[in-house]
Formats: sequence, C-alpha cells, structure tokens
Amino acid sequence: MTKRIDEATGTQTVGHEWDGIEELDTPMPRWWLLTFCLTIVFAIGYVVLYPAIPMVHGATKGLWGWSSRGELASDLRVAKAQRADVLHQIAITPIQSLQGKPELMKAAVAGGRAAFRVNCVQCHGAGAAGVPGLYPNLNDDDWLWGGSLQAIEQTITHGIRQPGDKDTRTSLMPSFGRDALLTPDQIDDLVSHVRTISHQETPSPSSTRGAKLFADNCAVCHGPAGRGQRQFGAPNLTDAIWLYGGNREKITQSLTVAHAGVMPAWHDRLDPVTIKMLAAYVHSLGGGEDFVQPAPTQPQGGAAEPKALAHARP
Amino acid sequence: MLAPEPAAPGSLYAKRKSVFPKAVDGHFRRLKWAWMTVTLAIYYVTPWLRWDRGPYSPDQAVLIDLAHRRFYMFGIEIWPHEFYFVAGLLIMAGIGLFLLTSAVGRAWCGYSCPQTVWTDLFQHIDRLIDGDRNAQMRLQNAPWTARKIARRALKWSIYLLIGFWTGGAWILYFADAPTLVRDFWSGHAAPVAYAAAGVLTATTFVLGGFLREQVCIYMCPWPRIQSAMLDENSLTVTYKDWRGEPRGSVKQARQAATPLGDCVDCDQCVAVCPTGIDIREGPQIGCITCALCIDACDKVMTQLGRAPRLIDYATLQGCEREKAGGPKESVRKALLRPRTLVYFGVWCAIGLALLFALGTREHLDISVAKDRNPPFMVLSDGSVRNAFNVKLRNMESRPRALEVALSGLPRATMWSDDMARAAAARELRRTVAADQSETVRVYVIAPAGTGAQDFAFTVRALDRERGRDTHTTHFDAPGDAQ
Repeated sequence: MTKRIDEATGTQTVGHEWDGIEELDTPMPRWWLLTFCLTIVFAIGYVVLYPAIPMVHGATKGLWGWSSRGELASDLRVAKAQRADVLHQIAITPIQSLQGKPELMKAAVAGGRAAFRVNCVQCHGAGAAGVPGLYPNLNDDDWLWGGSLQAIEQTITHGIRQPGDKDTRTSLMPSFGRDALLTPDQIDDLVSHVRTISHQETPSPSSTRGAKLFADNCAVCHGPAGRGQRQFGAPNLTDAIWLYGGNREKITQSLTVAHAGVMPAWHDRLDPVTIKMLAAYVHSLGGGEDFVQPAPTQPQGGAAEPKALAHARP
Repeated sequence: MLAPEPAAPGSLYAKRKSVFPKAVDGHFRRLKWAWMTVTLAIYYVTPWLRWDRGPYSPDQAVLIDLAHRRFYMFGIEIWPHEFYFVAGLLIMAGIGLFLLTSAVGRAWCGYSCPQTVWTDLFQHIDRLIDGDRNAQMRLQNAPWTARKIARRALKWSIYLLIGFWTGGAWILYFADAPTLVRDFWSGHAAPVAYAAAGVLTATTFVLGGFLREQVCIYMCPWPRIQSAMLDENSLTVTYKDWRGEPRGSVKQARQAATPLGDCVDCDQCVAVCPTGIDIREGPQIGCITCALCIDACDKVMTQLGRAPRLIDYATLQGCEREKAGGPKESVRKALLRPRTLVYFGVWCAIGLALLFALGTREHLDISVAKDRNPPFMVLSDGSVRNAFNVKLRNMESRPRALEVALSGLPRATMWSDDMARAAAARELRRTVAADQSETVRVYVIAPAGTGAQDFAFTVRALDRERGRDTHTTHFDAPGDAQ
C-alpha cells in the first residue's frame, strides 16, 4: 500500500496493486462534481417541499402540501367547471326540447354514453343490446314502456316495479299455469294463438280455441289484437321481438310462470341532468320515438373558426 | 482501451485555435455572396409570402399548421394521412445530397449548409467591427481594456440580433406570420413560440458566433458520411502539389540550385480559410470546399504572372492524369458519369412519382367503421338493422355538397341519427365544411330474410368538380353471426 505519483500521467495512484496492475486516483471532472452537488441541493429542496420521508402512517406532507389525490381532485374540479355551462343548459331545457338544439343534444348523448357505461352496462350490456330472456335490448324500436324521450326519462327516474315509488312503472301478469288459472291444454291453445298472430304458425283448431281464451284472459292488457299496451308494460305479441323467447317452449314458460322484470329507480342515485342525458343517449341508439327534426343549420364554413384566430398560434 | 504510451504523455485534448479568415475577392467569393443572399432571403422571406386559398384556409404560402394538422406549400395542402409526401421530399433531399456529393464533392458544406452560411455572415460581422485578419488577431491578444470590451459588446449584440432574427423567423413558419409577430410583441403568442424563438436564438448565437468550424469538424456527422461517399471522380478542392512543390518564396527561388515549384509559400490560402486549415496538406475533414483558397491563390499567381489554379476544383483521377502530363479534364466529364446519372435518375423518379401521386390524389374520402356491439339488430317488423359511423372527408378549401349512397344490398335503406327513420332512403345528402371531416352515424335497414353480405358506401360530390370514393364494408344478419 504505497501511494505514489504515476510518471506517465502525473496522477496519484490509489495505492493498490494486483499483479503489477495499479489504479490511478483520477479525480472526478469538475462539471460532474458540480452537477452532483446541484442534485443534492435539489433533493434537499424536494424533501422540504414535497411529501418525501415515509413515516409509520403515511409520509411527511411537504411545505407545498402536494398530493396526487389532491391533484386529481383539482383536475376534476377544472373538468367540472368546464362542463358546468353545458350541464346547466341541459338542466334548464325540457327534455322534449332537446332535439331542437342539436349541439345540446350531442353533448347530452355524449354525457349519457359515459353515464351508461358506469350505471347501465351491468344489465343492458356495453352495446345496450340487453340479454335475451333477462334485460331488454335498447337499440331496437320495440318499447315496453314507451320510447319517446319523456317516456325513457320517466322509466329511468322511477324504475320498473320499485316498491315505495308511486310513479314507478308497474304491472303484474298472472302466472296462469303455476296458480292453476288455466289448464295445461288451455295454455297450449293460447301458445298456438300467440304464435299465429305473430306469424310463426298458421291458424289451427288449437289457435282458434286459444283466440277465445286470449280475449277472456289476455286482451285486457295486451289488447284485443295482441299489440300490447304501454301503460301496463304489456309487450306487443305480434312483432318479431321476444324478450323472453318466442318459440312454443318459451311462451309456455312465460304463461306458466309470468315474468316481472325490475329496474332500479335512479332518481335517488343520479342527478336529474345525468338521467336526462341517459335518456338522450338511449333515445339516440336508433329506436327512439317521436323524432323531432332539428331546424336546418347553416353549413359551417372552413375550419369553423375565423382564419386569423385559427392560425394565430403555432 | 490501449494503455497510454509512457514515452508520449500528455493530453489528447487540443485547445481550439481561433480562426480569423482574411477578406478575399474572386469568382468563388462572389458566387458565395450571391448564394448566401439567395439562401438567407429564402429563409427570412418565405413566411411572409402570401397565397390566396379562398376564405376557408390560411393565405400563408408556406405554413406548417401543427394546431390544425395541415401542411401548406403554395398550391399544395397536405393532410396528416398524406405525410408520405413529406417523407418522399425528405428522401429526395437525401438522394439530392448523394447526387451533389458524388458530383461536386462537399458543395453543400461549402455553400448551402446553414452552419456555413451563418458562420460566413458572422465572420463578415467580425471584419466589419474588428477589422481584417491582423486587426482581429491583435484585438484577440490585447488586454481587456474599455475599448476592447466596447468592441466585443457591440459585436456580440449584433450576433444576438442576427440570432434573434433567425429564431424569430423560424416560428413564423408555424403560424400566420403577421398575426404572430403582433402577438409575439404584445405578449399574447403561445409559450412554445417564445421558447422556440429563444432556443433558436441561442443556437444561432452559439453555433454561428463561437463554435463555427468546430461544428463541421467535431459535431456534424455529414462530413464523415461524405468522406465515405467521395471517390476518385468527385470534384474536390485540391492543391496541385506536383506543380507547387517544392515551395519557396520568389527570393528563395532565385537562390535555389534546382528550380522551385509555383507555390511561393505566401500562406494566403491558409489566411482566408474559414475553417483554418492548410489545403496544401491534401484533402481533409476540415475542408468544406468553399473554394476561397482558390480565389486567394489565383490572385497571387496572377500578380506573379504565373498560371492560375494552382489550387483548383479537381478529381483525384484528373490529378493523376494531369500529373502524368495529360490534359486538364473537362468539368462536364467529371459530372456526367454513371454514378451521378444513377443518383439523378433515382432522384427524378421519386420526384415524378410524388408529382404523379399529388396530381391524382382524391380530395374526397369516405371511411366506414361498423358497429360490432351489437353486430346487428332485429326490429319489430323483422327487418335487420346495422349501424355504421361514416366519416366524410372534404379536402377542398370550400364546403362541398356530398351524396352518400348504398351500393349493393338491394332493398336496403338508410337514415342517420339526425333525421327521422321515416325519411330513410338509398341516398343521404350532407354538406361537409371546407377542409374538414364529418362523421355521420348511419343506420342501414334491410328487410327480413336479408342474409349477411358485403356492400359498399359510395360518396359522390354534387358540385361541378365531381369526384367519388367507395368504402366496402359488411352487413351482418341473424343466422350466421350467432
């Protein structure tokens, strides 16, 4: 261990020697040392200003009180403030007038799409196509309780068959088989009739007998022709859409043990604006009823902004 | 790592020797003045050129509109999806450099490179403020007196002014120039405008004012690549040593036993060199072939009554032939040879292909994205509905009336989400704003029993210019998709 000055370079060695190989004790370059010192100064400042030192519960807060959750909260506040004006406009516009204002309708549909993904997809699916036998498809033109904007808003607000809500959509179909209101043979005849009016079977003696039974037992809700009545949520039995299936077996099941689907009332979970936006979104899926043609708008010119403003910023 | 040689200690670091190029006049100097004027004018003036594109598009001739993702160059407008035009231009620029290098050596470095042009400009400022070579050297070595400080402050202020003018001109390519200038000085321009102007001011100040030839010798990769591209047929600035050597002054020549060469060792070629090299040492990385040494040497040779072009543009092969007593080769022969012609051919082919693509490109575009969830929808009357997002792109700088029609899928009709289903038809009409895309949500409905099949949306312009585009997509129906 002898430190000596290396002749060739004029630098001191570290004093170690391995089989004749020595190491020079070359000092760090000045710029490197300076940068290193600056990082230390930076680190001290950082530790003082920001949360840095882990403690048993949490960490030191730092002088600036910054936190990632706080940052998120402030981002959300900013986003909310940006939307406040549009949300206010939607809030004060009656839902039936929304279609007359295409820009507002567009915003409502976009907001509704977001709310749908959080609250509705669990049952109705991401594409709002529902689940056969469980939840209705919201894209088609067949509506149990009505497909206008107001009707959809009403359904979402008060739900379906929600006890305690006096405005809820409600009705109850008898379970004709289970409660022995009709015999199995009579149910079979009814099935024939229903399949005849929906053009799935040709008329037969069984369906003729069923027609009589239908008039006595079913027409009060489903209508004499079987086209359904929306005040009871009674589906149209003559069309091609069957929530609970349209073959003999499925219709027999529905007659034996009746279905009574439920949906939550959303007024105590979502604010009226969100519900309005949800209604607009569901209405926009292609099956919305009572469509109002918006007034034709002037074709927008150019980049839709005045030239000077549009190109002022690099 | 090699072990340092014990016999030769010391550092590999060489301190920069300041270069004070002497003023010179001659053919090449005048060519450089002219070319410098042209290149600087192109750079500073281009953003101010106007080009009328009608009321819906900016009227700046050359504009890189990043905010709206458009690139305007006189009559050409490029959208982001057409960026291959820019890629093509860059490839042309690359091959153009190959062509230039194989034909006339490092002419890019010597005449057109921004580093050369700005360095030349700054060196001229030096001569203007501090005087010519000798005065500059005296001032460099002088102590820091008030006079020297004043001189330096003045010179560096001018550097900074040119730097700022350069950085300021750069940002004008990215926004409407008159508006941006107004905003810039009133403090309303975007922060990125100030940052970009600041950075380019700094780089111009430092690279042009201080680093100068060190950029070419140490920082730029292009000289290294070029030295690999030069061959024995490339024109380079060459000292004809067989004519000049052995060198000696006129006085020495009179006293010499054997006749001396033409070079009188006056060092004028070194004095005028902007990178401070001695061309008589042969071709080297520091030579940017600006040819100022040719001007300087010619002047001396003419004064002495000797033949000019002791230093000359010549090829290695030409030098060999001339050395052996052959005739001086013609410049045309040096330029027209297979290698340069092939580069030129490739360069032209890419250019023509780009022009062809530019001339035949469609200014109308339709693209269709089909809804996949749900893929189809059976309606109450049994008919089948599919939903599509149809994007119509109008690349003209005026609003256009377009008609979207179904082709194929007989008996199907369509409607969009901003109209009633009762109005469904085989055609939809839309007016798309100038220079914009518009997305239309389209529902296509086909009668019960329609099978899954391919069909197409066709868009057609209803104005005088016509134009059409088609996008083939798929119609899903029950039976096969489930």
